[in-house]
Amino acid sequence: MTTVEEAVSHEPVERARIVGRPISSTGFWSWFTTVDHKKIAIMYGTTAIFFFLVGGVEALLIRIQLASPNNSFLDANQYNQMFTMHGTTMVFLMGMPIAAAFGNYFLPLMVGARDVAFPRLNMLGYWIFLFGGIFLYSSFLLGGAPNGGWVNYAPINSTPMADGFLPGRGPDFWAVGIIMLGIGSVATAVNFIVTALNMRAPGMTLMRMPVFVWMMLVVAFLTLFAMPPVTAALIQVYIDRNFDGNFFNAAMGGEPILYQHLFWIFGHPEVYILILPGMGIVSEILPVFSRKPLFGYAVVVFSGIAIGFLGWGVWAHHMFTSGIGPVAVSAFGLSTMLIAVPTGVKIFNWLGTVWGGSVRLRTPMLFALGFIAQFTIGGLSGVMHAIVPADTQQHDTYFIVAHFHYVLFGGLVFALFGGFYYWWPKIFGRMMNEKLGKLQFWLLVIGFNLTFFPMHFLGLEGQPRRTYTYDEGLQWEGLNQLATIGSFVIALSFLVFLVNAFMSRRSAPAPTDPWDARTVEWMTSSPPPEYNFATVPVIEHRDEFWHRKYTEDDEGRLLRLPAGAAVDMSDPEGRDAHTLGIHMPSPSYWPFVFALALPILGYGFVFKNWYIVAAGVVVGFFGLVAWALEPQTAEDQGVH
Amino acid sequence: MTQAIEAPADSTQLVPADHGHAHAATNTGVSNAKLGIWVFLASEALFFGAFIATYFLYRGRDEEVGNPGPRPREVYDIAFTSVTSFVLLMSSLTMVLALAAIQRGDHRRLRIWLLATAFFGMVFIGGQVFEFTEFYREGLTLHTNLFGTTFFTLTGLHGAHVTMGIIWLLVLWGRSMQGRLHTEHAEAIEISGLYWHFVDIVWIVIFTAIYLVPQN
Repeated sequence: MTTVEEAVSHEPVERARIVGRPISSTGFWSWFTTVDHKKIAIMYGTTAIFFFLVGGVEALLIRIQLASPNNSFLDANQYNQMFTMHGTTMVFLMGMPIAAAFGNYFLPLMVGARDVAFPRLNMLGYWIFLFGGIFLYSSFLLGGAPNGGWVNYAPINSTPMADGFLPGRGPDFWAVGIIMLGIGSVATAVNFIVTALNMRAPGMTLMRMPVFVWMMLVVAFLTLFAMPPVTAALIQVYIDRNFDGNFFNAAMGGEPILYQHLFWIFGHPEVYILILPGMGIVSEILPVFSRKPLFGYAVVVFSGIAIGFLGWGVWAHHMFTSGIGPVAVSAFGLSTMLIAVPTGVKIFNWLGTVWGGSVRLRTPMLFALGFIAQFTIGGLSGVMHAIVPADTQQHDTYFIVAHFHYVLFGGLVFALFGGFYYWWPKIFGRMMNEKLGKLQFWLLVIGFNLTFFPMHFLGLEGQPRRTYTYDEGLQWEGLNQLATIGSFVIALSFLVFLVNAFMSRRSAPAPTDPWDARTVEWMTSSPPPEYNFATVPVIEHRDEFWHRKYTEDDEGRLLRLPAGAAVDMSDPEGRDAHTLGIHMPSPSYWPFVFALALPILGYGFVFKNWYIVAAGVVVGFFGLVAWALEPQTAEDQGVH
Repeated sequence: MTQAIEAPADSTQLVPADHGHAHAATNTGVSNAKLGIWVFLASEALFFGAFIATYFLYRGRDEEVGNPGPRPREVYDIAFTSVTSFVLLMSSLTMVLALAAIQRGDHRRLRIWLLATAFFGMVFIGGQVFEFTEFYREGLTLHTNLFGTTFFTLTGLHGAHVTMGIIWLLVLWGRSMQGRLHTEHAEAIEISGLYWHFVDIVWIVIFTAIYLVPQN
């Protein structure tokens, strides 16, 4: 073991450098330079919730447009922009970043680390996310947002603008923006992998890691390998569109289906990138509120890993109607059925966890149970898509929309809200209001099912996706109206959540361990100090914290251990890291500067202005070199 | 790993938050920075894999669909490209010598080998610039045919990676000149070396795929 840095008495030797090092870890400007994983997590979460609202408003506009036949609330192009940006926002600016928020906050805490492996890289990931989101949304003011669907298919999106099918620079913004966000995601993935593999507390073996950490590890590997193919595909789209390339130009022998393959090699693992964090959160909540350990921990973990592997072998089930041939279609149909197995195993494990437990129906538990029920419905309609003839019928209808909203909304979003209610006291030191929480849950259950269940029928009756209106007399009016009403109930439920979040500022301070929890993030104060644990816990059990609180008598009944077992491992006197001699990474400007270069480069590429590109290169180069020359901690500047 | 587990429970001398230094105790025994670069290179492998797959998909298709030339055989100068490729491969040797030098504490030779590696890289890039210019003169652009689209994209992206590597090496060289790269920072050289070797290996694959596998 290393580093007891002696309390640093000497002034850091100031070397020749253009700007000094940011010191302050409080105040407004500190948010721009912070490398604290918890602060970065809060920034991720806040920004992602903002984009969540924006994406939600887009969904409402879609629903208003579809509420009646031949509606002219939005024109076709506006509608195209809405569904494209809704999907893009919910996947790239909400789902992935909220998972990154939870991962950032709790992955280090749950493995007993003081921060992530690369704090400045972590900071870079956040700023790329923010700038990437702003970049994508700025397209609304610069000639129109992306309007070719969240999959950005070729050739519709890859044909040069002059003779293109889509008005505006939307496809360019999409291609460049997603490449940008991908860079940030890969940076975060590298960080999470190294943190989980390398920074675990003493005794925290891999098979003692909380399931949430395991799932984030799988997600990080999926992100790591999924982003490069889509980046390649989008570079190809960009070259086709802006340099008259031939990648997807059928007239020159290019194959548009290449784009579909490259996209879905990313796109299907992406589905698991979105859902596995939700599964991880639920696997944390259920045992706590059932007062039982997770049923079949190892099986849940290995099922998650199995999903991670199998997720690479099912991509072409998104392409059953594209003419890939009977052999490929059969193989991908089979692999798609296969992936239902580990997913089903997990559902039974969750049920087994709740079964026979002393269940407390607090808000986080409600959301976790809601997750199981609704995710199962989405999973079942997913298995229907493995049956090729059925899928061919359902392809590009509202049935698909219903299916993936059951998985990603009924599943992921419910899990995320469960996570918010569960960890809110730890993050902000305040309890959320139970009554408002339960009100939000029931509003969301009703609104969600009202919106998306009718879409199954609409899809089977043939209502196509991505079509801005429909004719009278197709018998679609009633169900569409129902869905629109449901979407406003969802909006109301979100408002209740925001009110609850806002009001929690005045609620009672949260204790260290409000839920009688099982994992080590509850062994430090709420909110945790900058350094997380004054003494890093030594882990002897899975569910370490539970074992520190409880033992069993001779007949196997739970006995609470006398108080005094180490519970709060923050410093009772609230001293800072420096006083305790804990060596924490110091704030930095450079990841922010480097991240700033990316949107500059992006605008340069979208508008093909090579001066702007050059400016972006200069800013990026400056940021990167300054970053490389700066030691990770201010102390190091003096030490070496 | 064992080292970490044996830590006394009441220790206040803790696992450092991270420093990426060789001495930081980690669960795997591999330092964070080294594990990080390996993981990142795995991601890069898929990036190049996608472009190499695209290249193979379209290889020879121009002939089949009757696209305008030039064809690969008309523009390639395999002898020339072999020489620049050889220079790039030799830069991996100098990279290893640079690492060996800093590990023995020989900073003068470290700087020589770093510069040599960067120089060989620049020779390679110079060759690529020359080759691109020649191909362009003979009428090959991103637009001409599938060969043009795939060739320039794949080799251009590889060239961009080599350029990043050159900048990285020069930054390290600059730090060493300032006296800020000490023997205990040998891992910084090792990590840049891993990246450099990776880019070299990718070139072996690309060179084989583009120039050596026979096509019309």
